[in-house]
Amino acid sequence: MTGYLVQRLLLMIPTFIGITLIGFIIMRLAPGDPAELRAAGGLGAAAGAGISLEKRGAVDEAMAQWRTQFGLDKPLHVQYIVWLENLLTFKFGDSFKDSQPVWDKIAERLPVTIQLNLWSILVVYLVAIPLGIYSATHANSLGDQVTTVLAFGLFAVPLVWAATMAIVFICGGDFYYLFPPGGMESLDFSDQWPIWRKIQDHAWHLFLPVVLLSYSGFAALSRYMRSSMLEVLSQDYVQVARAKGLQEKIVLLKHVLRNSLIPQVTLLADILPGLIGGSVIIETMFSIPGLGQLGFESVLARDYPTVLALFTVTAVLTLIGILLSDLLLAVVDPRIAFGRRQR
Amino acid sequence: MNVQSPTAPLQPTDKAAGAEDTNVAEGLWSDIWRRFKHNPIALAGFYVVCLLVFMALFADFITNDKPYYLNYNGESYFPILRSYLVGAKLAQWPAELLNVDFKKLDGVKALYPPIPYRPSNINLLEPLEPPSAKHLFGTDKLGRDVAAGMIHGSRISLSIGFVAVGIAALIGVILGAIAGYFGSWTDLAISRVFEIMLSIPTFFLLITIAALLPPSIFLTMAIIGATSWVGMARFTRNEFLRIRNLDYVTAAVALGVSDRKVMFKHILPNALAPVIVSVVFGIGGAILVESSLSFLGIGVPAELVTWGSILQEGSTTTFAWWLAVFPGFAIFITVLAYYLVGEGLREVLDPRLRGLR
Repeated sequence: MTGYLVQRLLLMIPTFIGITLIGFIIMRLAPGDPAELRAAGGLGAAAGAGISLEKRGAVDEAMAQWRTQFGLDKPLHVQYIVWLENLLTFKFGDSFKDSQPVWDKIAERLPVTIQLNLWSILVVYLVAIPLGIYSATHANSLGDQVTTVLAFGLFAVPLVWAATMAIVFICGGDFYYLFPPGGMESLDFSDQWPIWRKIQDHAWHLFLPVVLLSYSGFAALSRYMRSSMLEVLSQDYVQVARAKGLQEKIVLLKHVLRNSLIPQVTLLADILPGLIGGSVIIETMFSIPGLGQLGFESVLARDYPTVLALFTVTAVLTLIGILLSDLLLAVVDPRIAFGRRQR
Repeated sequence: MNVQSPTAPLQPTDKAAGAEDTNVAEGLWSDIWRRFKHNPIALAGFYVVCLLVFMALFADFITNDKPYYLNYNGESYFPILRSYLVGAKLAQWPAELLNVDFKKLDGVKALYPPIPYRPSNINLLEPLEPPSAKHLFGTDKLGRDVAAGMIHGSRISLSIGFVAVGIAALIGVILGAIAGYFGSWTDLAISRVFEIMLSIPTFFLLITIAALLPPSIFLTMAIIGATSWVGMARFTRNEFLRIRNLDYVTAAVALGVSDRKVMFKHILPNALAPVIVSVVFGIGGAILVESSLSFLGIGVPAELVTWGSILQEGSTTTFAWWLAVFPGFAIFITVLAYYLVGEGLREVLDPRLRGLR
């Protein structure tokens, strides 16, 4: 087990370097220099043409100053190493957009996104696992086929469409006002509210985003659960349990369910990247102040330090997620650590 | 090289083997089709895909502001066909028909397509009209016909789907083949690349690249392709790892067949099943991604009408429900059709394959 852990940790090093390198190269090779963009933002569209020569000189001077300040005048590989060093000591630098420390911006929004994603993961598992169990115990029945088709259909529903339909029809447009069209709390939210009212308000705002983020995960997880349970059901020890006269309920809950739940742990690593992508869309559409919205805004503003930091943080978190789920699997199923990875 | 005897008698056999290969390939496809058509749901998906491809190919004949047939001053014209010839610089418009609005010509007999608009026809007198007999799916805020925009938009969705997945399959198959065939250190190194691509939040990478580069359909195709090959690569790698140890491959290697030939001529045809399935799923996935991108307004040029861009307008103009309902439904049906075909193919090709990618 220790050997396996060490091996996995060592293999993470090249992966980590690869991730940071890709992020860095993409950000720096893109056309358009943040200093120029900043000048354009500060002086309006006139930064390029239409201003007098002396003012142009002042702009150039300011841009050169920014370049030195942000280290943009050094060669690329030096910039990368400096950035990597800062990264390892959790110094992400200041945002180009508003000169706030990037880490503060991320830390401020992280709880929102984590909350949104944790609820979504919970909903996915709470809906998909029972669906999978039902499908497996009623394999090939009408109910099984209906659940499969429904889950499959949901998988094909574009997130942007589902979100738009929700906003148009049930978020207080010309139709129904069942849910708020955005934000995390009501406008008249106050700290004097009793606790139950705060929770109610919060739940009311989170309901739609969480449902929208989770529905596409039902299909994959319930199908994996179904096939993994069918596989366990076909094994000899289940036959034995039944033969010795155990109730079917006990056979299923005590003997089958446990073993078929184990592989579902690793699926978390498959769901996570999708959730992050979904957060960008959902947070932007419902104006939820989380990492997804921050990411989208920073990309549009070419706020290099923020985008790079977000890119690396999410990638490293996913990497750790994959590692943790693999290790968890190795703990519950010792065969894994000896053989090759199963994924 | 040993020019003499050992290889000489092999030549004809080699040719025969080549000929047999093509036979086998034909047999494979007709076999797939024979079993595939017994699955009514998958078959329905296949027909929807065919319909969409037909719609995309003949979009100009379904929605157009030019008539099929025009009788003007006693002369007969076929303006839609002629516009193709003009586009290919083989013909020119007669001076009196150059840049005219055909619908405003007097005393003409004309036969128009079922939807007599182009997606680019701006009509500021009819902004945000609800669906009616005149505008089947209503109009957007510039008065452009939504049905026309959607039918022409299918071209963008389908071509992005095909090209992006083509690129992804090329990268995935080659990397997966190399990793699986050579094994050991090569495999370890390439598997790191897979792990990097798996950990990177693909959608975030995608919007980053797409937002930094100038908007263009071809770049969007390339970026979607370059970020979505991991699934295919992993499938190919696993198949290669398995097939690599079969006797016939050992025999081919022992005969001195080059690595490249063994990989792509002898192993690849037997490793294609999971790749075919993930290509079909990948097309659906790429169409989904493209719609999200053009919804966010990145990647595809702003003046281009796509399913995602109409949907985007629907999300900001909340009373105009037709802008939300129709394009989104089109994306849904298209993606679902590809997924159904993919699922049908999976059952035909390899019932052991599980999961949804």
